[in-house]
Amino acid sequence: MRVLYFAWLRQRTGAGEEEVSPPAEVADVGGLMRWLAARSPGHAAAFADPAQVRAAVNQEFCGPEHPVAPGDEVAFFPPVTGG
Amino acid sequence: MTPTVRVQEAGFDLAAETAALSAGRTDVGGIASFVGLCRADDGLEALVLEHYPGMTERAIAGIAAQAASRWPLTGCTVVHRIGRIQPGEAIVLVLAASRHRMAALEACAFLIDWLKTGAPFWKREEFADGAGRWVEARAEDEARAKGWG
Repeated sequence: MRVLYFAWLRQRTGAGEEEVSPPAEVADVGGLMRWLAARSPGHAAAFADPAQVRAAVNQEFCGPEHPVAPGDEVAFFPPVTGG
Repeated sequence: MTPTVRVQEAGFDLAAETAALSAGRTDVGGIASFVGLCRADDGLEALVLEHYPGMTERAIAGIAAQAASRWPLTGCTVVHRIGRIQPGEAIVLVLAASRHRMAALEACAFLIDWLKTGAPFWKREEFADGAGRWVEARAEDEARAKGWG
């Protein structure tokens, strides 16, 4: 599974992207966030306030209950501020 | 109607982009435009925009397709800049063309409202003293986009 980080999540995790292989019980976006938060202090800081984190699975915005599976591209980022 | 969508570091030419929407055709009755500029609020030295390559283009194309399904557009153009942008420079261009003005004006407003909340861009502010901060999303922008139903 390919995980991407943008904006301050990238700064806090220290990586723009990483390949991860979460255990099978990590079945949705919310579960993946909790699992990733345990990877390092930087990851913990990135996911410290889940309400400020948005996600996309395979380049579509989605909520924390959206399923994730091996081979997915999952991105985490703050609320968008374009325009 | 195939929308023109570009994400680029370079600036854009409003006149040339506008002309392209009516070149070689005589059925276009009006072209509405929105150009978003970088303001120098609070001593801002630059905005640095990053995006999610791949998803950005998909998201904008999806927003443009929604606009085309709601209004009878003859064309539309979205150009969004990324990278370092200084006060006074343009950040984003939205053009909507149609046979009649209301469709063009409303579609243009719809497109910029949704670009602000539905496309994966993030702005970081840089100040003269070296300080930097990520721009926070505004609830009123979200409410405006949702207001289109």
